Amino acid sequence: MSDTASRRVVRFAGDSGDGIQLQGAQFTNASAMAGHDLATLPDFPAEIRAPQGTRFGVSAFQIQFGGDRVTSPGDAPDVLVALNPAALVVNIPHLEPGALILVDANAFTAQRLKRADLDSNPLEDGRLDPFTVYPIDISDLTVESVKPFGLGSKDAGRCKNFWVLGLVLWMFDQPRTPTINWIERRFASDEAIRDANIAALNAGHAYGETAEIDGTLAQHHVAHAELKAAEYRTITGAEATALGLVAAGELADIDLMFCSYPITPASSLLHHLTGLEDAGVATFQAEDEIAAVCSAIGASFAGKLGVTSSSGPGIALKTEALGLAVATELPLVVVNSQRAGPSTGMPTKTEQSDLYQAVYGRNGDTPIPVVSASTPADTFDTAIEAVRIALRHMTPVIMLTDGYLANASELWPLPDFDAYEAIEHTRPAVGSSGDVFERNPDTQARVWAAPGDEGYVYRVGGIEKDSHTGNISYDPANHQTMTDLRHRKLAQIADFIPEQKLEQGVTGGLAVVAWGSTYGTIYQAVKECITEGLSVAQIHLRHLNPLPSNLGELLTEFETILVPELNAGQLATVLRDQLLVECVQLNQVTGQPFAVKTVKQAIAAHAPQRMQEVNRG
Amino acid sequence: MAELKAKDYATDQEVRWCPGCGDYSILKAVHRALADSGADPAQTVFVSGIGCSSRLPYYVDTYGFHTIHGRAPAIATGVKLANPDLDVWVITGDGDGLSIGGNHLLHALRRNVNLNILLFNNEIYGLTKGQYSPTSRIGTPSPTSPNGSLDHPIEPAQFALGAGATFIARCVDIDQKALPGILNAGQAHEGAAFVELLQNCIVYNKDVWEDVANKKTAADTQVVCEHGQPLLYGKDRNKGLRLNTTTLTLESVTLGEDGITLADILVHDETNAVMAQMLVNMADPLPTAMGVIHRRSAPAYDSTYRAHKTLERKARVRDLLRHGNLLDRR
Repeated sequence: MSDTASRRVVRFAGDSGDGIQLQGAQFTNASAMAGHDLATLPDFPAEIRAPQGTRFGVSAFQIQFGGDRVTSPGDAPDVLVALNPAALVVNIPHLEPGALILVDANAFTAQRLKRADLDSNPLEDGRLDPFTVYPIDISDLTVESVKPFGLGSKDAGRCKNFWVLGLVLWMFDQPRTPTINWIERRFASDEAIRDANIAALNAGHAYGETAEIDGTLAQHHVAHAELKAAEYRTITGAEATALGLVAAGELADIDLMFCSYPITPASSLLHHLTGLEDAGVATFQAEDEIAAVCSAIGASFAGKLGVTSSSGPGIALKTEALGLAVATELPLVVVNSQRAGPSTGMPTKTEQSDLYQAVYGRNGDTPIPVVSASTPADTFDTAIEAVRIALRHMTPVIMLTDGYLANASELWPLPDFDAYEAIEHTRPAVGSSGDVFERNPDTQARVWAAPGDEGYVYRVGGIEKDSHTGNISYDPANHQTMTDLRHRKLAQIADFIPEQKLEQGVTGGLAVVAWGSTYGTIYQAVKECITEGLSVAQIHLRHLNPLPSNLGELLTEFETILVPELNAGQLATVLRDQLLVECVQLNQVTGQPFAVKTVKQAIAAHAPQRMQEVNRG
Repeated sequence: MAELKAKDYATDQEVRWCPGCGDYSILKAVHRALADSGADPAQTVFVSGIGCSSRLPYYVDTYGFHTIHGRAPAIATGVKLANPDLDVWVITGDGDGLSIGGNHLLHALRRNVNLNILLFNNEIYGLTKGQYSPTSRIGTPSPTSPNGSLDHPIEPAQFALGAGATFIARCVDIDQKALPGILNAGQAHEGAAFVELLQNCIVYNKDVWEDVANKKTAADTQVVCEHGQPLLYGKDRNKGLRLNTTTLTLESVTLGEDGITLADILVHDETNAVMAQMLVNMADPLPTAMGVIHRRSAPAYDSTYRAHKTLERKARVRDLLRHGNLLDRR
């Protein structure tokens, strides 16, 4: 590994109780403060504290950082930090020859090798020959560094993650201050732990300086990003979704009621919003998924915007209630942080396999608009868009994110919030009166009257209602009218959404059409393929139902359409269904994001060499 | 607002229950109770689930939400938390509230959300044509139990008590004298009020409450609970309930017999959950307990919720965006 680079990939791995995710998050923050662009991939097991030293208990955190534009967490780590034998062996397959491996030599005891199902010590049996291995007595050095603070041996050992972080921060010349500030806040009430963690961090850093003098370990200089003038922070998808919902409430001047039930990987959204109660959001932890969506619908009926969130299995439980929101023409936002299925599937592993569920998965003719986010920070704008559609058209909206987006983070230029358009809604003016089921012909939105409004007392329900009065109606012609109206409402949303643009590339050859969290990897793959002379363009969809009105025409300008997805081919089905286009599929369902090289191989197999260009700007 | 009469709370919708259904009587009592309490239609919401009883909101001229099967308590909770100033009523039945929606009823009661919950108990599924319900007595013949149902039934008031309900009342559907007052008591109660209505489904479970409801015998088969009053009943009000301290059970005694005096009769204490427990479970030959069986004071969820989760927007998005470490490249 050379000591200067445009980008680097580092992977931290250890037991699920080792604080690996915290270590990763702190390194991410330091990288951002150093001015690197970055993308991260937290990769952890569903077990909270799996048995120590086992392979299935390994928790990992990968980050790619540097200059240029970093959009994916990287295919292969340049540096692997492994805190025990299991963390080492399960990550060897991720490495390319020449990678640098830092290991805690203290952890390679006979007993811990056995816990990792190893018959021989990988530090000695030759399997690490393709790599540069750097064993350090991390556990011993950590305990030594925190001795002055009088911690018990268990607490002293727990400072290991900060020792390692200190060393890796030194390796890449990243600042320690953000982490020290964080430790001071987090452990404000426990001086000994606070000081010990800071001491461990500094000791790891000092170890690097000494090792450099010895000539055994080098400091690496990674390029800094050329950042446009802005303020930047790192943000995870769950944080950005929460902020987006709050921002939407402010743009609409409507209070939000967020009703949810804990489920991996969606719970973090509830956690973040619970911390934002002074920002016009009330949160309610319901008794189950059904009660969560129902209480949100109740809130919407009462004039607040109900929002609920879950992952696939929970969305399945909410499905009947979504039909109620459609039938009663109430606004509602449903955030689905997708995970690998079916059934419980793999709760902490990412997948994009709930698109059918979102677009088609209901009884009756029950159209619901669907939007999806492409990067962690993009969930901010996607959440605003979801609320905008819900309120403008008086409809439930499904917003798709996934486990990867919820947990991963990126460097985010803070948006200019003053530039955001206010969100329209149909709450009637105080003191007014009128007909609740008078609809705006452009949006089909009815009047959003609510209990407390004097001039609109009305009744509504899930039984088919008369299109004008809202009273129960079994009239055949009325059901036709109402069904048509619900479909027209969905179709008319397309009049308000922007035309689909090319993310990069030009028309003519291969279009890579995708949605959701695969954005960054595909961006990188397409970019490299364009540089290599292939005729390929990237189209990434935010609006999945309805599709942008120009998409069909745009796709006719390509010879081939490649649809990479982390499912068995769901967007491909939707495109065939709605646009009658043929697509080539690239599908992966391993619970892991695509690697850039996987997407590049598929592009190379289908994209022609560039011959002519039609620049669409 | 001009004073409204009971009939002013009726809607223009044709009521579509079977002729002779107990629901007509309950609807009438609801209109009366709304008038008696001076309810503002714009501030009042009726939320229902699915079933015959759940059609009621269409016939009450307030805000109304006819929702999905079993979920009315959850939806009503959302309505109440979004706007705690509203007077929110839940209309449900034995199938809707205790079968498919048992979970939500449990949680609305244990949270003590300020809702007035009316459970129409006719011990049968009406709208799906007569199958046995979770309150059907063992041996109930029905299309799905032609040889009689096997399930052990649940006692609604016992369920409510187990869930921690702070208000439990019981009334016969046709009791126009008592019912409006009981509904008003539930409406006034701070917290979840649970009112079990013994409702007569004349098509699928006709006269299932005959032993309790028959006006000719009611005096001997019902004991009406009044806080601070001895639990007396009978046509001549000479029968009463006495606590047998050896068996810890209630027994029926007659004044003047075996030296029984008024001093032996248990005095109703509506705040006493142990007494409520005994009263709701009384079965033949003991009378059925009616009226307000249990009422105690406890903070309503929506009032503590409102205190903790103010919807006032104090933090602004611009500040929240700048949370944490910032890299300034302006």
